[in-house]
Amino acid sequence: MRADFVTREVFTGLRRNVTMTIAMVLTTAISLGLVGTGLLAVRTIDRTEQLYSDRVEVQVALTADVSAADTDCSQPVCQGLRTTLENSPLVDSVRFESQQQAYERYLELFEGQALADVVRPQSLPATLRVRLADQEAGSAAVVQAMTGQVGVRNIIDQRDVVAKLFDFLGGVRNVTFALALVQAVAALLLISNTVQVSAYTRRTEVGVMRLVGATRWYTQLPFLIEAVVTGVVGALIASAGLLAGKFLFIDQLLSGIVSNGVVPPIELSDVVWVSPILVMIGAGVAAVTGYVTLRLYVRL
Amino acid sequence: MIRLERVTKTYKTSSRPALDRVSVNVEKGEFVFLIGPSGSGKSTFLRLLLREDVPTRGSIFVSDMDVAKLPRRRVPKLRQRIGCVFQDFRLLPNKTVGENVAFALEVIGKSSGTIRKVVPEVLDLVGLGGKAERLPHELSGGEQQRVAIARAFVNRPLVLLADEPTGNLDPDTSQDIMLLLERINRTGTTVVMATHDHSIVDSMRRRVVELDMGQVVRDEVRGVYGVGR
Repeated sequence: MRADFVTREVFTGLRRNVTMTIAMVLTTAISLGLVGTGLLAVRTIDRTEQLYSDRVEVQVALTADVSAADTDCSQPVCQGLRTTLENSPLVDSVRFESQQQAYERYLELFEGQALADVVRPQSLPATLRVRLADQEAGSAAVVQAMTGQVGVRNIIDQRDVVAKLFDFLGGVRNVTFALALVQAVAALLLISNTVQVSAYTRRTEVGVMRLVGATRWYTQLPFLIEAVVTGVVGALIASAGLLAGKFLFIDQLLSGIVSNGVVPPIELSDVVWVSPILVMIGAGVAAVTGYVTLRLYVRL
Repeated sequence: MIRLERVTKTYKTSSRPALDRVSVNVEKGEFVFLIGPSGSGKSTFLRLLLREDVPTRGSIFVSDMDVAKLPRRRVPKLRQRIGCVFQDFRLLPNKTVGENVAFALEVIGKSSGTIRKVVPEVLDLVGLGGKAERLPHELSGGEQQRVAIARAFVNRPLVLLADEPTGNLDPDTSQDIMLLLERINRTGTTVVMATHDHSIVDSMRRRVVELDMGQVVRDEVRGVYGVGR
């Protein structure tokens, strides 16, 4: 195989259909850009889940009388509840927060705000803060075990709050993947079409090649490489787009909630992690599409 | 060199076979005219030799290769041993004469060293020594056919198939092309030429195989095109 020959054929081919080539590169780039966005969303969701899994607790709030009477969970009602919880294999640990502690934390949270002055320790419940060993089954078990028990006011599963965030991130992921899929179909058809046009404009060459005994590789490889080159260029543009998007757009958009630790930031390394995946997808899909097209539609 | 044994080729679209039990044996170094009216099976004959098609029945041998049974991946090897020339030249319009000839070697993986050496030689042989840098449209029809012959011959094939090579040329130019094919034949290359051109066949006095309705109706060692045609 002569590399210089194939290279020359590929560039002639790309130049000859330059408008088609550009359309193909752009469509591929948009499609892969969306795939990349989706992958970054998935990664962010994973990170966020990790971030919260060690922080999220189920709070069992105690009734006002128990809260007021018991400052260290030493009395029977609170201790009974605590023991029940601690005996569950789904529970990792239980921490008691007294009214006074809750008040102090509240002051800290709302420091400098009018709300801080309104609240008195008595208006806050003491809570049993439960860390789960099993994130999936744990909260339901705790809710079931505590509901209706003497001394329990209500149960707050922090995961319900966090779930909204996950829903949002999951939505972002689903929408981008759906758009990516639509774009991918367009990209596939364009690649297939371009390969056919390319083969048609070069039918004389290919005819001569066949006649003088060129192997299938020689006749088909230029078309395949043409498709792969556009796929890879599209992937590179997509990666550049993701980088630009990160620095110009996402970083500013998320800066508030990222610095508060609500959502983990999208790191440069994440984009670097996504890029080779996009290049592989771009090259692979283009190669397969090109090959199938040559096999099915082009007689070489 | 070429052997057809009771070769029949039927196309789905036609009730009459394009070739009907054709047996022909061509020795190495022979020059054979394949004549007959349009639709007599000449093109099918050539297509089968090139494995553009496979016979419905019978077998074909080119050199030592069983053409009909050749696996797909071996077809290029067969075609590398057969040079081809057509009525319409089939040159690449955006490549120079030299590049057109070189192309045939590039695509079968010959080194650029070989190509630089061999291309000028074959251009000299066909009488286009000074015209390597010309583009096909700058040449006359006869010169274009010479380029096509150079391209077909540059890899030194065992067999040269020519399908109406003089069909687009005036009589004088045709004579020159025939002289060139004769010269190539004298290097030991077997030449099979399909033609309608009476005067050429009559003047050359070579072997004539005549096809009609897909059958061999004449096979003469020193034939003419035919009385009364």
